[in-house]
Amino acid sequence: MSIARFWRETPRRYNLGGCRCTVCTTVYFPPRVVCPTCTTHRQSLGKMEPFQLSGEGTVISYTVIHDPAEGFEMLVPYALTLVKTVEGPVLTAEVVDIDPHEVRIGLKVHATFRKLREEGKAGVIHYGYKFAPAVEVDGAPRPLPLPSPAGEPRAAGRATA
Amino acid sequence: MQAGVVSYGAYVPRYRITPTEIGKVWGVDGASMGASLNVQRKSVPSPDEDTITISTEALRVALLRGKIDPQEIGALYIGSESHPYAVKPSATVVAQAVGATPGLTAADFEFACKAGTAAIQTCLGLVGAEMVRYGVAIGSDTSQGAPGDALEYSASAGGAAFVIGREQVIARVLHTLSYTTDTPDFWRREGQRYPSHSGRFTGEPAFFRHVTECAKRIMDRAGTTPKSYAHVVFHQPNGKFPARVGKQLGFTDEQMRYGLVTPFIGNTYSGAALIGLANVLDHARAGERVLMVGYGSGAGSDAFDFDITDAIESYSRSAGALVESFLTGGVEIPYAVYAKFRGKIHLGGS
Repeated sequence: MSIARFWRETPRRYNLGGCRCTVCTTVYFPPRVVCPTCTTHRQSLGKMEPFQLSGEGTVISYTVIHDPAEGFEMLVPYALTLVKTVEGPVLTAEVVDIDPHEVRIGLKVHATFRKLREEGKAGVIHYGYKFAPAVEVDGAPRPLPLPSPAGEPRAAGRATA
Repeated sequence: MQAGVVSYGAYVPRYRITPTEIGKVWGVDGASMGASLNVQRKSVPSPDEDTITISTEALRVALLRGKIDPQEIGALYIGSESHPYAVKPSATVVAQAVGATPGLTAADFEFACKAGTAAIQTCLGLVGAEMVRYGVAIGSDTSQGAPGDALEYSASAGGAAFVIGREQVIARVLHTLSYTTDTPDFWRREGQRYPSHSGRFTGEPAFFRHVTECAKRIMDRAGTTPKSYAHVVFHQPNGKFPARVGKQLGFTDEQMRYGLVTPFIGNTYSGAALIGLANVLDHARAGERVLMVGYGSGAGSDAFDFDITDAIESYSRSAGALVESFLTGGVEIPYAVYAKFRGKIHLGGS
């Protein structure tokens, strides 16, 4: 992935920055320009506002990777999951800090900040969200919901279908 | 000085390895090594954790606990000797990850194990001069000892973040001073993977001289004695040095009880004294006084004389993980997994 493309995606990768339609309150991640849920898309033009997900969610599907893509060799075996966030959007992400074979559908998870990959030994290091169990495992504390900017309470959004 | 700690957070990776397990690989009595260092386990970062991720997790906890708007952070400094980049700041990534950009100044600090305390002093200056509302000082590391070296039994990973400000201060800084000399006890040259050290020279002329002198000087300035303090925190490259210097200065085991965390998680370098301070703040009560003396090889000590304020009674410690959970929790791994996690295994190909 080019440096410029990853840099453009920094807000969503670092802080789960999505958007919310102010017309129907549906939350999207990654952010969209128009709301496909509204009856006419034109209705939502200019009315999509930034919205940070809380990082809380539930595993709805998973697989354990044993044959990794280049750059992920040191992580195997690892659990790649679909996480349905409490705000609605479903994210593809690794679940860490748990034996991958213990990951189950229904596992409550929270977002955590991790190194995603390195562009070789001399290249840029990419960071972003992964998820970790929201319940205590092996006595280790779990990650918390992401801090939200003060004065911008997370209004409840309608979940995407 | 009215400025001080407004909020704090700590983070230690999940994995642990014991000195016994390390010793097995090198034909060394690891249990004895651990006992002589007073290190029972050390933390190990996952392959996807580094100084930047640890700093981010610690700061997110601090912001949640203090209910602090990240846009009010005017300065952010990270002290570490394991910044992932030689050129490109860790601080910018962390600032972006907590939502503090773009209206702040940010930089990486390096002074062996005391870069985090140096960052606190810098923030105190900025906050005291009313140049910023909040300054963030983080001490964080994922340092390594060379395989088989004595450092391998203690070098671990972890960090703590402190938000420095003037409002709702839970630990007011009454005094701070430093003691600095050119003493080559421990170093890592540019491009070198592992640090080097001068063996026993790291003791008397380095750690003990600087910590002792700095502690005495701040107590002289403050007009205090060891009895004035409920808690004391020293830099802790192992569990032995801080216990010995504490006794030499006249502090009791009870005063060092919460500030000494290295026996349970190893030496987190720039994070060591700061995680000890975080553990003290997890337990401190209003009216208590706390002394912290950091140490960084090369060499220097920073000392802080804290007064715990009434604000700590309403402070939301439970909004983040207490240090105690890191001291007792975690998963022990064998040396083979440790070697994989720490990049000591080289894959084939280019």
